[in-house]
Amino acid sequence: MATPYQDRKLNDPNLNVGDEPFFEATAQGKLLLKKCKDCGEYHYYPRGICPYCFSTNVDWVEAKGTGTIYTYSITRRAGPIPYCIAYVTLDEGVNMMTNIVDCDLDAIRCGQKVKLTFKATANGTQIPMFAPV
Amino acid sequence: MSIKGKSYLVGAFEHPTRKATDKSVAQLHAECAKGALEDAGLTKNDIDGYFCAGDAPGMGGIGMANYMGLRLKHIDSTDTGGSSYLVHVGHAAQAIATGKCNVALITLAGRPRSEGSSGTQVRSRGTGVPEEPFELPYGPVTVNMYAMAAMRHMHQYGTTAEQLAWVKVAASHHAQYNPNAMLRDVVTVQDVLDSPMVSDPLHRLDCCVVSDGGGALIMARPEIAKSLKRPLVKLLGAAEAPKHTMGGKFDLTFSGAAWTGPRCFEEAGVKHADIKYASIYDSFTITVVMQIEDLGFCEKGQGGKFVADGNLIAGTGKFPFNTDGGGLCNNHPANRGGMTKVIEAVRQLRGEAHPAVQVKNCGIALAHGTGGSLGHRHGSATVIMERE
Repeated sequence: MATPYQDRKLNDPNLNVGDEPFFEATAQGKLLLKKCKDCGEYHYYPRGICPYCFSTNVDWVEAKGTGTIYTYSITRRAGPIPYCIAYVTLDEGVNMMTNIVDCDLDAIRCGQKVKLTFKATANGTQIPMFAPV
Repeated sequence: MSIKGKSYLVGAFEHPTRKATDKSVAQLHAECAKGALEDAGLTKNDIDGYFCAGDAPGMGGIGMANYMGLRLKHIDSTDTGGSSYLVHVGHAAQAIATGKCNVALITLAGRPRSEGSSGTQVRSRGTGVPEEPFELPYGPVTVNMYAMAAMRHMHQYGTTAEQLAWVKVAASHHAQYNPNAMLRDVVTVQDVLDSPMVSDPLHRLDCCVVSDGGGALIMARPEIAKSLKRPLVKLLGAAEAPKHTMGGKFDLTFSGAAWTGPRCFEEAGVKHADIKYASIYDSFTITVVMQIEDLGFCEKGQGGKFVADGNLIAGTGKFPFNTDGGGLCNNHPANRGGMTKVIEAVRQLRGEAHPAVQVKNCGIALAHGTGGSLGHRHGSATVIMERE
């Protein structure tokens, strides 16, 4: 059995003030994380304040774009096209909600190595996703 | 300070409807309130505290207080999703214990079945929600957010689809005795495994029903409770905690029950062996497995083995749960199952459950809920009650 990846219509993100650099970077093929300059911790999703030490001294840092699948689910009955939602543990140590793409969805496993890619929403916003290495 | 023994659950009512095409959400709330008052032997004018969550139409509880004509000294509209009503039991106990109110009403109602809601819809929650731009494009829906917790639990602990299916099998055994249950047919493990895969590893029969309806509870001070004619159900302990994605460093194999369980048992001053009946929120089969582990009824990771082979079935198993048929078979009104968890626990403690599923000498019961999602953010709440 195989469930080949198919493109589906992605919802456009409703940005909040401060999210713009993240999506400006995705348009350039980069994934940004926030890193606290005081406690040194990465966090995700990006915030204007560190959720560990509450410092507002947080910076955008480019992620390496590699990671491991923490968990996933092939969503088969939420629309006409099956898709794989997942959490990927980035090499920087934070989990990120994403989709696993460009592969046989039935072959996806926890612990699998993945690398960054992008898919566009209806309005052309580039959304970071991952494909098996 | 403790709320132990300072309030009683004096009224409980589950609306019999499962599809309410002809009733508004406000009317359902009010009918539930009326039913719980009649059960308690109290009247509307006795209520001076009101508790409701996001399913109540209008601003907080103000709209429903207006609709029902309540004159209140205390109001609380804490929303932790489906566990809200378990949180409300704890908050009402606090309000009663500190003299802020004497008789508290808690209501829940909704009509997601009539309105065409399902657990496979991607829903925007509007602007200003901080995580939404980083989640919505990926298609998070209710079922896949629980499915990801299930998948990780299977990966880490070896939990199987057959073990999850046993949760549904047990619920169906109980639902056959409930004339109001939405699904009354007894199912087998194979039936669950043969049902369509909705979001791996969860099949359709791993998912709760979508039903209209609601429920209500009345809590009161000891003096008032003892003046009524109903069996006395005393609140011994209550605990609540939100769990979320911790800045991206999280473990999806446990729920907030790992925090609320120990605190609730400590306040109640009882042990696991004292619990004769448990209502365990069953939005999905995995929810039950994880909560049973987190509450400490078995070792972490052993929940699959614990629920298998009929252990949750009243009369035959060692851990009878959700004897009304639960959210999996009976009712999940407004997509929020915490209310019915408390109601069935009250029925058990009063000896008013169906005779086929009534637990003998049911002196102490626990109810626990998870509202929101195991896959990102949820509110957990636990309560322990005693028949006096």
